[in-house]
Amino acid sequence: MNPANSHKPEPTRLQGNSISPNFYPSTMIEAKNLNKRFGKLQALRNLSFRFSKGECIALIGPNGCGKTTLIKTILGMVVPDSGHILFDGKDIQGQFAYRAQIGYMPQTGRYPEAATIAQVIKMMKDLRGKDARLDESLIHSFQLETLGNKRTGTLSGGTRQKLSAALAFLFSPDVLILDEPTAGLDPVSSEVLKQKILEEKEKGRLILITSHILSELDELVTEVVFMQEGELRFHAPMAQLQEQTGELRLSKVIARIMQQQTSQPPVAR
Amino acid sequence: MKKVMKYVLADILRNRIVLLYTALLLVVSCSVFGLEDNADKGMLSLLNLTLIIVPMMCIIFTTIYQYNSAEFIELLVSQPLRRRHIWLSLFAGLAAALSIAFLVGVGLPVILFQPSLTGLTMVLCGVALSVIFVAIALLASARTRDKARGIGKAILLWLFWSLLWDALVLFFLFQLSDYPLEKPMVLVSFLNPIDLARILILLRMDVSALMGYSGAVFREFFGTGTGILVSALALMAWVAVPLWLSTRAFRKKDL
Repeated sequence: MNPANSHKPEPTRLQGNSISPNFYPSTMIEAKNLNKRFGKLQALRNLSFRFSKGECIALIGPNGCGKTTLIKTILGMVVPDSGHILFDGKDIQGQFAYRAQIGYMPQTGRYPEAATIAQVIKMMKDLRGKDARLDESLIHSFQLETLGNKRTGTLSGGTRQKLSAALAFLFSPDVLILDEPTAGLDPVSSEVLKQKILEEKEKGRLILITSHILSELDELVTEVVFMQEGELRFHAPMAQLQEQTGELRLSKVIARIMQQQTSQPPVAR
Repeated sequence: MKKVMKYVLADILRNRIVLLYTALLLVVSCSVFGLEDNADKGMLSLLNLTLIIVPMMCIIFTTIYQYNSAEFIELLVSQPLRRRHIWLSLFAGLAAALSIAFLVGVGLPVILFQPSLTGLTMVLCGVALSVIFVAIALLASARTRDKARGIGKAILLWLFWSLLWDALVLFFLFQLSDYPLEKPMVLVSFLNPIDLARILILLRMDVSALMGYSGAVFREFFGTGTGILVSALALMAWVAVPLWLSTRAFRKKDL
């Protein structure tokens, strides 16, 4: 009855691990059978994927599905119980230098409270060393220089978010990991950030965005990774999903797929 | 590593608590020397400050600082920095800040009013205790995720070494009073850094005459060059072991 159901996706085609290795020539991050358990909670369940340069990946799923854990695992902040992550072909276990290629914008950035914005920016530049290519465009467009003397402890959520974004983009990293980037930003700043993400995507960076809802960032996304209860439910190009579900908005695409999944036996594990 | 330590130190020094702590120590030390006409009596009062207040301040401040800067540590870990370096920098920053506070708050007045070997021993022991309790606090906070439990553990550890330990030792001494325990007591005193510091300082003071036969045994051991060397090594081990254990825990910790 529902016209979209006629495009019912083949579950196997949506499986992340079924993508052939030759499909993506420039793999940047590769995960193999990641598992992580926090007490009783299985935060990551046998997760495998490949992310390549030039992709803008939306990592979505309900609260507590393991998105942030996955991001932290890539950053080496959480150590997986089993499995490997290869960054640019090298295992990240016990490594630290690879993080120079990553810009990370945390969900809630908090900085030394007594330090001012200018001091935090200076500190990050100092910690990264002199050889980094600096990109201060976001500092300018968010007008953070005018707030330079403000202590980070007194900042509003939005300003803090701007600082986090500016710091993530500051070193022109090859990989950008943005955890809920537009949460708390006003529409103007949100648009500025969106343009910046687009710009970086054109330069062939790998961009990983997590969110519950991505309506604002729909146009940027090229790939969708959907997680549920620590499992990777599907990993597919946005265009393919739009075609299969007949919906253009990402939120509707996801809603449609979730409906389909409840009305059919779950994808084989 | 130096860079990270610089920022940790800057962050702690911007925190008013350490400045308040320094001022408090300074006021207490100066008033103690000002009230007593006999500087030796002043030293005795300062002894209690060094043995009780300093470890408490160091262990509680370090634990709370650790939990409050969890996000800052997360930020550092997401940067291209070695975890071991981040942890050792945190230790170095905290130890340096609290030692400087002690040196300014107690060291300066002692050098002014009591520039003797006793004074020097007390200042050195105070610095050692500051560093030791920073290391112990780091171990407590690296092993415990929950803030309330971590701070609770820190307070219990301090209570254990400053009060409970002495009560336990006294209890066993009375139970076993038929046996000659003076020599084993020397060994037992190595198991509590506060006791070790207390013995080292007291032996330089005249009051050590009041300690009876144990005092004589202690003097025989701790009074010699070897004894002082061994005690110094023991105090260093009290820093190194907790620090090593906490570094190991932090390297595997999920943030």
